[in-house]
Amino acid sequence: MALFDLRLQDVHNKLNDKEIQVSELVDASYRRIAETDSSIKAFITLDEENARRQAAELDKQLQDGTERGLLFGLPAGIKDNIVTEGLLTTCASQFLSNYNPIYDATTVAKLKSAQSVTIGKLNMDEFAMGGSNENSSFYPTRNPWNTDYVPGGSSGGSAASVAAGQVYFSLGSDTGGSIRQPAAYCGIVGLKPTYGLVSRYGLVAFASSLDQIGPLTKNVEDSAYVLQAIAGYDGKDSTSANVSIPDYTSALTGDVKGLRIGVAKEYLGEGIDPEVKEAVLNALKVYESLGATWEEVSLPHTEYAIATYYLLASSEASSNLARFDGVRYGVRADNPDNLIDLYRKSRSQGFGPEVKRRIMLGTYALSSGYYDAYYLKAQKVRTLIKQDFDQVFSKFDVIMGPTAPTTAFRIGEQVGDPLTMYLNDICTIPVSLAGVPAISIPCGSSNGLPIGLQIIGKAFDESTVLRAAHAFEQNTEFHRGRPQLG
Amino acid sequence: MSITLKDVEHVANLARLELSEQEKEQFTGQLNAILKYAEKLNSLDTEGVAATSHVLPITNVMREDVTKESLPIEKVLLNAPDEEDGQIKVPAVLE
Repeated sequence: MALFDLRLQDVHNKLNDKEIQVSELVDASYRRIAETDSSIKAFITLDEENARRQAAELDKQLQDGTERGLLFGLPAGIKDNIVTEGLLTTCASQFLSNYNPIYDATTVAKLKSAQSVTIGKLNMDEFAMGGSNENSSFYPTRNPWNTDYVPGGSSGGSAASVAAGQVYFSLGSDTGGSIRQPAAYCGIVGLKPTYGLVSRYGLVAFASSLDQIGPLTKNVEDSAYVLQAIAGYDGKDSTSANVSIPDYTSALTGDVKGLRIGVAKEYLGEGIDPEVKEAVLNALKVYESLGATWEEVSLPHTEYAIATYYLLASSEASSNLARFDGVRYGVRADNPDNLIDLYRKSRSQGFGPEVKRRIMLGTYALSSGYYDAYYLKAQKVRTLIKQDFDQVFSKFDVIMGPTAPTTAFRIGEQVGDPLTMYLNDICTIPVSLAGVPAISIPCGSSNGLPIGLQIIGKAFDESTVLRAAHAFEQNTEFHRGRPQLG
Repeated sequence: MSITLKDVEHVANLARLELSEQEKEQFTGQLNAILKYAEKLNSLDTEGVAATSHVLPITNVMREDVTKESLPIEKVLLNAPDEEDGQIKVPAVLE
């Protein structure tokens, strides 16, 4: 078995038993990137020199024979909108193509204290706006299962790099599905935690009331380990939740007897690919065989979720992205007439079309005379969407459905039609608006492209989500599928 | 409500974006399509429904009012496109 097919726990054991060294893991990671990334394009920046230096240092530390933490020495990739001190953080934007952060995001600091090794920064849709990685201003990432297809997005690089065996795990960010949808398209596990569970400090803000960092991994157990390392209260994030963090791996019992599953009928209706639907229904049979029960439920405001999301997220984005003015950092335009012209030229040259489109939409929705009709209205509908979930969760432990209505689409297929592109997010966006946790796990494939099962839980009940996901994985083989590469 | 090319120019100015003629036309069409889609929200009665700005039951978060060390100047200036005497330099604000 290749090193990269091992579970985190197995690699950890091998390191502790001195069967392998951190340097070998880091070598293997860069070798795999050299073999595969010319076709996948998952990375924007590699940090090879530092990673090798750190690996040598960690190997020295291993000599003393002390038991190490689980993530010790493990090669990881970080989405390029999570700031890393001294390592370029571009958000896949020309505007930040020279941005060298002077501090670490809290999640990055946590990974550093867990002593995982940062291999590099991962490609994404510019400022996390998009669902295909085609909005990267550098180059699109490609799906490791078929390089003519998108890997999903916006955490497309994070998902593709794990699927291609370049890193053991990665961090992504999810605003309307940006961890779960690429995880589904790339056949891996992606977890969006409850809003507030993981610190957003150092995550370049897109839509502050929705953004959340989470892990992308090859299996559910690894997801639990990475979540354990990054979750927790942070005084530097004013929307960080001060809740106690359970031991997530202890929830992985394999037991789902009596688990009450609600199956959202709106996620299996019109527009859902029949093969995706079939894969989800087959997954429910697996749960039934394990003693869980399921019933069809309704989230009646689902049809309003996409409109609500694009108004709220774009409004927040127009405000958040106002900071990119070319004054303190970023690429400044040449020869401006005056200060206002400097803002205007720097922004116009630095931002790509999707980013401009959303800034325009958000600015319009927040502008004088339209605020009540669009932004405030959307905030009220958000309340109704959240209530849909509250009602179902009063009777059910989890909600299940597909992660995305289809498998990955061809590169270029939906460019130029933003609205159709937005409709791909119908199964993930309502969950983001409600702020609850959800995971995508592999549950089948269609024409060689993976299908994801989405498991949605109550706020801060990641344990039940992980337990349900893990039980499925223990009884199926879907998560073992690997793309043929290199 | 339908967006005109003039609206697009106005909003671009508010957002400090300089759009080409082609971008203006494209955005006029696309924003109209998106906003038309968003009008479906109007079919919902939200009378008496509270707005959700974010899902957590937290409002104002205060920290202790204690002085802390600021970032060193050289770090702050590390990414500045232009600087002079420890300050970030920009073109003239007034003509």
